Amino acid sequence: MDSRAARLTPASVPSSIAAPSPATRPGGASPAVAPLSRDQLREIYYYLRLTRTLEERLVALYRQTKVIGGLFRSLGQEGESVASAYALERGHNKDILSPLIRNLGSMLVMGAQPIEILRQYMAKAESPTRGRELNVHFNDLEKGYLGQISHLGDMIPVMAGIALTFKLRREPRVGLVYIGDGGTSTGTFHEGLNFAAVQRLPLVVIGEYNHWAYSTPPEKQFAVKDLAEKAKGYGVPAVTVDGNDVFAVYEATRSAVDRARRGKGVQFVEVKTYRRKGHAEHDDQHYVPKDVLERWSRENDPIDRYAQRLRSGDLVGDADLKEIDERVRVEVDQATDACMNEPLPAAETALPGVYVNPPAADRLWFKAL
Amino acid sequence: MATREVTFLEALRQGLWEEMERDERVFILGEDVGLYGGAFKVTEGFSKRFGESRVIDTPIAEAAIVGAAAGAAHMGLRPVAEMQFIDFISCAYDMLTNYVATARYRAGLSTPLVVRGPCGGYVRGGPFHSQNPEAAFLHTPGLKIVYPATARDAKGLIKASIRDEDPVLYLEHKWLYRRIKEQLPEGEEILTPIGQARLAREGKDLSIITYGATLWKSLEAADQLAQDGVSVEVLDLRTLLPMDDAAIVNTVKKTNKVLIVHEDTRTGGIAGEITARINEQAFEWLDGPIMRVTAHDVPIPYAPTLEDFVLPQTDDIVKAARWLAKY
Repeated sequence: MDSRAARLTPASVPSSIAAPSPATRPGGASPAVAPLSRDQLREIYYYLRLTRTLEERLVALYRQTKVIGGLFRSLGQEGESVASAYALERGHNKDILSPLIRNLGSMLVMGAQPIEILRQYMAKAESPTRGRELNVHFNDLEKGYLGQISHLGDMIPVMAGIALTFKLRREPRVGLVYIGDGGTSTGTFHEGLNFAAVQRLPLVVIGEYNHWAYSTPPEKQFAVKDLAEKAKGYGVPAVTVDGNDVFAVYEATRSAVDRARRGKGVQFVEVKTYRRKGHAEHDDQHYVPKDVLERWSRENDPIDRYAQRLRSGDLVGDADLKEIDERVRVEVDQATDACMNEPLPAAETALPGVYVNPPAADRLWFKAL
Repeated sequence: MATREVTFLEALRQGLWEEMERDERVFILGEDVGLYGGAFKVTEGFSKRFGESRVIDTPIAEAAIVGAAAGAAHMGLRPVAEMQFIDFISCAYDMLTNYVATARYRAGLSTPLVVRGPCGGYVRGGPFHSQNPEAAFLHTPGLKIVYPATARDAKGLIKASIRDEDPVLYLEHKWLYRRIKEQLPEGEEILTPIGQARLAREGKDLSIITYGATLWKSLEAADQLAQDGVSVEVLDLRTLLPMDDAAIVNTVKKTNKVLIVHEDTRTGGIAGEITARINEQAFEWLDGPIMRVTAHDVPIPYAPTLEDFVLPQTDDIVKAARWLAKY
C-alpha cells in the first residue's frame, strides 16, 4: 500500500503539529525571552496581514497576466516567516537573513517594500534588480536581507560566510537563513551547516517543515522524523516548534538568536507548518488530500490563530486589528497603482553589470546590422 | 503506414515509454517524476504503468541522483535520471565530470546512463530556469551530448541514448515541448543514431549550423531570406559530442559560407569549437569569415525586453545571414 495514503489521513494532522516534547529543547538554560509589547504585537499583525494581502494582490495580477513568470505563495506559512524575522535586530547594518521563496514575510519585516515586490514580479525597469531577477530574489544587505538563488541549500554556506564576517570583526550581529524540508536533502545544506557548526558561527537556521517539496512528501525526502535530528548530527542545538504559532516561533527564534549573539554558535529552529498552495500558482496540488488542506485552513491558520490570541488575551482589540487590515489594503492598493503602468527595462540595459570592469558585456556584431 | 501528430514532449514520452516496455533494466529516477509525472509531465502515467520501483521519486539531491544512476549502470541497469530543470545539473557536475565521464577510460567501467532535463530560454524563466549547459560538458571526454530539435529526434535520440553503452546527456528545450508538432508513424521504431547531424534544409548560398530551439528560428530566417533570393542551407547538429565533422565539412564545401547559431552565450560556446574544426578541415573552401549568432555574454535575465535582446532572435539571424551572403 502506498505509505502516503496512510500518513495523510486527517487524523495524522494534529500529531504532526503537536507542541514539541521537552526532549527537543536545546541543552542548557536560556534566559527567558522578554514579552512583546502591545506595539510589537500590533506590528507583527501588520506584517502578517501585509504578507497575505500582498500575495493576494499578486494572484490577481497573475490572473491578469501582469506577473511575467511564476507566482509562489506562502499561504499558511506567513506566521513562521514573520515571527522568525521579528526575532532579529533590525535597522541599518544590523542582523541579516536570507529568505526562500515562501519567506516574503521575513523580507517585509526587514524593510523590503511592497512596491519592490510588485515591481519584481512584473519585471519592471524600476524593480530592485532592474528586471534581471524574479520575485523575491533581491537583496538589501544594509536593511538585512540577501536574496536566494533557485539552487536550494546554497544560501546556507553563503550565510555562514556572512556570520563568519560578524565573528571575525567581533560585531554583535547574527545571520538567519531558511531551508525547506526538501532543501535539507541538498549537499550544500549539509556542508554549510557543518561548516557553521565547526566555526561556531552566529547563525540561526530555520528549518521549515511544510510537508511538501513540490509534490514530494517528507517520507520520500528523508528518513528522520524531525529535521532537528539532522542538525543534532552536526552538533548543532536544535528545537522543534509549532510553526503556525506565532508566539512559539518568535520565542524559539529569539532564544536561538540570543544564544548565537552570545557566541554559542549556530542554532537550528525547526518550524512545523503546512504549504497550503501548490509549489507555484500553476500547480493545482491534486496530490494533496482536500480534507487535509481544509483542516489546516480552518483550524490552523497562523494569522487567525494569532488574531484570536490577541483578542482573547485582551492584548490587542478587534478595532485595532481592523484598522491594520484597512491600512494594509490601502498601502497595497497605492503600491500597485504606483507601479502597474511602469515600463519594462530598455533592451540594452541587459548588457552592463556583469563585471565592474569591463562595465558592460559586448553588444554583439549582428545588432549593428 | 498510419501516422499521428505528436508534440515534441509526447514524442519524448513515447520514446521513454517504449524503452521501458522493451527493456526491464530501464528505470527512471528524479524529483517529482513519479506520481506527479515530472514538472513538465514528461513521465506522467509512468509510475502507474511501471510501478514505483522503476519510477523513483528522489530527494532534492542531484549529485545523489547521478551518482546512484552511475552505480546502477555499472551493475547492468539502464538508468534515466531527470534533472527537474537542467540548470540544476551544476549540482551534479562533479559526479558527471569526475566520476561518470572518466569511468570507462580509467577503470574499464561501463556506465550506460542518461541524464536528461529541460533546458533553454525564451520562456521568461530568469537566470536559473533558462540555461543551456552544453558547453560546460563538451569539454569532458567520456560524455556524449545530444540536443534534439524535432519531435522525431526527441523520440529517436532518447531511445538511442538509453541503448548507448556510454553516458549520454540528453538536452530537451522546454520552448519546443508543446510548440513543435509532427506526424510520426505509429508502430515503427524510430532510432536516431548518435553522432549524426541532419540536413534540415538544402541551400546553396550559405550554411547555418545550429541545434535546439535556434534550429526553428534559423528555418524561419531561411524562409525570409529565400524571398530575398538568398538560398540558405540549415544543418541541425542533433549530437554535439561526438561532433559530426563530415556533415559540417560537407555543407561548408557546398555553400562556402558559414553562420553558426546557438542560444548559449558566445564566449566558450560551441560555435568556437565548430569554427576551429572548419578551419582545420575545410579552410580552403571558405569564401568568407565564419560568423556566429549567439546569446550575449550575460546571465539570462527575466524581463521580456531584456531576454529578447540577450537571446538570438530570428531577425538577428536574418540580418547576419544577409550580411554574410553579401560578403
